[in-house]
Amino acid sequence: MLFLVGTGIGGWLAANYLSEPGYIVAISQDTINDLTSLGFNKPNGYVPEEHFGLVALQSVKSFLVLATGGLLVGFGARYAGGCTSGHAISGISNLQPASLLAVVGFFIGGLVMTHLLFPLIY
Amino acid sequence: MKFIVAGILFGIIMFKSEAASWYRIQEMFRFQSIHMYGIIGLAVGLGIPMTAYLKKYNVKDISGVPIVIQPKSWSIPRYLIGGTIFGLGWALSGACPGPIVVNIGAGFIGYVVVLVFALLGTFLYGLVRNKLPH
Repeated sequence: MLFLVGTGIGGWLAANYLSEPGYIVAISQDTINDLTSLGFNKPNGYVPEEHFGLVALQSVKSFLVLATGGLLVGFGARYAGGCTSGHAISGISNLQPASLLAVVGFFIGGLVMTHLLFPLIY
Repeated sequence: MKFIVAGILFGIIMFKSEAASWYRIQEMFRFQSIHMYGIIGLAVGLGIPMTAYLKKYNVKDISGVPIVIQPKSWSIPRYLIGGTIFGLGWALSGACPGPIVVNIGAGFIGYVVVLVFALLGTFLYGLVRNKLPH
């Protein structure tokens, strides 16, 4: 729990004191093209403000996306017995076959969401 | 105190490496940049020899207790289905558990909703775990 408190403080420090104001994540042009053709705005910060900022709470659709994403992450992390750092980094570092399989699962889920479900949602 | 300091370092690294950015996660799942693969690849590239060293020399922690890593027992449905559910959520919210908290700290209030529902998800798992294949 204290670790998570620290994580939040770290995010706050990094965003407010260790980054230029108005800093925009420089993703590749291909990703920008894909996202704008789905109807997203051009990258405008660290995450899309319209989907993850305060304004997202006023839209039923954005709220449902946030809620569903959270439910899946929480449920999946416990079912699979770990998350990205637990399986992909620590688990594979320990040469654990179970973790490699979990990472295969992470990518199946992520690719299905990005390539099949995003066009339906957005 | 040491946990808070470790957490602060983790939070800063997650934010500044952009591993907590929804944009980077989208880019990763579209295979359009080496960015995230570089972060994960470097972490694993350092992690493998470090973990091997810990095991080979029975390294002890600062209070003198040997560090023991419990291996996960093998199961196909658990890791494949659980992992897939996690991946769906990772791509949708653009954050895995650590970065959810990083984003809240950075002021993206929407991630409070993600966190509340992630906790609800872990609770829901507890309710149905006996009915799931493991």
